[in-house]
Amino acid sequence: MQRKAVSLISGGLDSMLATRVVMDQGIHVEGINFFTGFCVEGHTHAIRKQDQNKQKRNNALWVAEQLGIKLHIIDIVEDYKDIVINPKHGYGQNLNPCLDCKVFMVSRAKQWMEENGFDFIITGEVVGQRPMSQRRATMPIVSKNSGADDRLVRPLCAHNLPETLPEREGWLKREALYGFSGRSRKPQIALAEKMGLDDFAQPAGGCCFLTDASYSRKLSDLWENRGEKTYELDDIMLLKVGRHIRPRPWFKLIIGREEGENNFLNGYRKQFPHLFATSHTGPLALVDGELRDDEDRRLAAAITARFGHGKKADSVDVTLENTDGTGMQLKVAPISEENLPREWYV
Amino acid sequence: MSVHKVDARRLLCPMPVIRLQDAVKKAAPGDIISVVCTDPGTMSDIPAWCRINGHRLQSAVQDGSEYFFEVETGNEP
Repeated sequence: MQRKAVSLISGGLDSMLATRVVMDQGIHVEGINFFTGFCVEGHTHAIRKQDQNKQKRNNALWVAEQLGIKLHIIDIVEDYKDIVINPKHGYGQNLNPCLDCKVFMVSRAKQWMEENGFDFIITGEVVGQRPMSQRRATMPIVSKNSGADDRLVRPLCAHNLPETLPEREGWLKREALYGFSGRSRKPQIALAEKMGLDDFAQPAGGCCFLTDASYSRKLSDLWENRGEKTYELDDIMLLKVGRHIRPRPWFKLIIGREEGENNFLNGYRKQFPHLFATSHTGPLALVDGELRDDEDRRLAAAITARFGHGKKADSVDVTLENTDGTGMQLKVAPISEENLPREWYV
Repeated sequence: MSVHKVDARRLLCPMPVIRLQDAVKKAAPGDIISVVCTDPGTMSDIPAWCRINGHRLQSAVQDGSEYFFEVETGNEP
């Protein structure tokens, strides 16, 4: 009877190698890839005009195709919120809840395994590779808390961990697994070479926006100023786009930096009040929050005017449009650099 | 044979692929899924997803900023 394994495919080298190691032992493998909303994969390239010529392949799909396996992409945006908002094991250097994230993903993979009649789970984890989720002390937490227990196999570092069920049952030969550890990438590169794999993605800093300091700062700002730790998918997508300027605690402007971003922000005109210059060309600015009075409206217009071609003009005509289509015209002087403090940039 | 429509405009990858995947799960083998997207990445991702999961991409056409795909579902969900 051919045994079946489900492999967590991130699109990076480690999960690719781990999968291949298991496939080489005659196991039928299918891939699973989770969409959290924070995945770095392609989004900024898809949005920004200047990046339109960059390669836009989805690395998880590409890896699956190289390996010749099926890939199931699973939307976990809603369930993942609780992981980001209330991580039981806390955050890493930024707002990355890596340990809770790994536990959650393995537990979802276990659920998929059971629903689809598969036998075990594969990850590309390596002991000591990451400071939070891939330490000797935390890797057993992932196995235990996910409920996967000894049906979770880490082929790249199996020799450093207790024997798993597939090894005990003889489905996998332990000697054909590996004993990698630490942050060095040399063993993985050497194994890739041995397997004839010469094209693979190695994203510096991982594949998640939550490991990024600038992104985490914007998310913290969102929570602080809303007064609650919540988010919707649109919120976290918008944090990836434009300049974010918060002149007042009760409103923030999201200003497109180039044509691609303006096109993307245009799609949100029915969800957010927005401003744009009419006397000069310039960006679209979404208002996240409320413009409480005329002073707020003029300030928002002056900031919007600064980032367009009317930047040096004495006055710029700006339209403020509400989500219901109503609005007003404002004539403002673009805000000067000295009146736009660095602290307003989120 | 039925035709199912998926509007994935304004969604960024992999969401259009997930919407297509969901539509395929509900469809019968041989049905056509007609998808419209705006993320240029779908021109690479949707064909790749079809190839690895055994579905036939009948057409992939760009019209301005929109991308149109016709996918014939294979035998497996």
